[in-house]
Amino acid sequence: MARARDESSPLFAGNAAGTLRLILYLALAMVLMVLDQRNGWLWRVRYAASAVIEPMYRLAGLPSAGIRTLTVAFADRQRLTGQNQRLREDLLLANAKLNRMAAVAEQNQRLKQLLDTQHSLDLNVQLARVIGVDLGAYRYRLTLDVGARDGVKPGQPVIDAHGVMGQVKDVLPTTSVVMLVTDPEHALPVVIERSGLRTIAYGSRDGDQLTLPNIPRAADVRVGDHLLTSGLGGRFPPGFPVGDVTAVTPSATGMFLVAQARPAADINRSEDVLLLHDQAEPDGPPALPTPVGPPRDLAPAPGTPSAMPARVVGTPAAGVPR
Amino acid sequence: MNRQRLSTWWFIGTLAFALLLMLVPLPGVLEPFKPYWPALFLLYWSLESEDRVSLGLAFGVGLVADLLNGVVLGEQALRLCALVFIALRFRSRLRFFPMWQQALAVLTLLLNDRVLLLIVRVLAGASLPPASWWIAPFVGAALWPFLFLLLDDLRARLRIQ
Repeated sequence: MARARDESSPLFAGNAAGTLRLILYLALAMVLMVLDQRNGWLWRVRYAASAVIEPMYRLAGLPSAGIRTLTVAFADRQRLTGQNQRLREDLLLANAKLNRMAAVAEQNQRLKQLLDTQHSLDLNVQLARVIGVDLGAYRYRLTLDVGARDGVKPGQPVIDAHGVMGQVKDVLPTTSVVMLVTDPEHALPVVIERSGLRTIAYGSRDGDQLTLPNIPRAADVRVGDHLLTSGLGGRFPPGFPVGDVTAVTPSATGMFLVAQARPAADINRSEDVLLLHDQAEPDGPPALPTPVGPPRDLAPAPGTPSAMPARVVGTPAAGVPR
Repeated sequence: MNRQRLSTWWFIGTLAFALLLMLVPLPGVLEPFKPYWPALFLLYWSLESEDRVSLGLAFGVGLVADLLNGVVLGEQALRLCALVFIALRFRSRLRFFPMWQQALAVLTLLLNDRVLLLIVRVLAGASLPPASWWIAPFVGAALWPFLFLLLDDLRARLRIQ
């Protein structure tokens, strides 16, 4: 049954109307992209469409969750026993360390009280599970199963048992997206534990690494140095492990040293993460104290002549500091 | 009537399935090999039933994919529009190609799609992707015959057009 070769199905179906429509749609897409790049209202649309998006995320996360369940179900006994043993040992070690830490923490608490600060060592955290969703271009992002309804806010630091993972970037009602520290667009103020040198760790373009591109040439940085969050910038609280330096090389211009670091957190393997709730102090120096003068009733009555100016003028040593 | 509705649902279902496949993560090693599923499914439908697939549909699917992926709104809409436009324009010829030639054509379309994506990304200020980024179109083209035959077979079994 041959179709008549008429206007509706020509062999080369190129008519001006089709091309015009294509141009129209391409222009529309470009306008959308530019608007979105400028204003970033994609997230408002996503938030509104979350009723559709979130079930899709859960559904897409099912295969990886299923594989995880299967590996547990079919893991052989010996491996589980070995893992159990290792975990027990870890627990013992951790407990021993905790006991020692408790004393130190108490001491720290007392010293801090002496310094009259309000900070405590207790962490106000929230446990979250990672949903296995592939966010396409963003290999440096994770999806968590908690969202605005659980009190998650953009900017909250995310850590795992070993170190800093990243920060919450976008929040939907019951899921949220985390920007990992290895994201090339992420920068994290760090301090090198051994030397106290402060610098900035960027995500690296080639995979699961951190780059510290501007270390002064004279600085003391060695392979194996531990990086901690410095707390500058106010986003991350200070003192969390970030990574270990794996390589130090001079930069291409020769003006700086460039260090590569491996993140301390198990970025590819973490299934459970912690969201920190107590955000560090907001940016900038602390607010100025309100000026406090002598009580108002000590001020001289406006009608009576004051002795003060006369004394100042009359004293020969008025300008001499005491 | 009922069959008509079934075929419509089948059409929508395959597209939703493609979007879902796009979201399912693969182990890290296999990640660069993941083909661009929505493009493959849309290509199949634009070759098999052109009256259902239009530029508007491609644009819509692209927008939904953008929403799901959280990329800049309009990026995948643009890519899928361009892809479907080329596919529809050469539809009559593509349909009568032997399978290996069709796969080659799909490879060209997918490579073109990657180039488009690269242009968009670079204009948006992203860095150049690694070499493994170019593997996915080849995987997509290699999977094309199987996907095509599978979808054709399923359609014949369900007796829908």
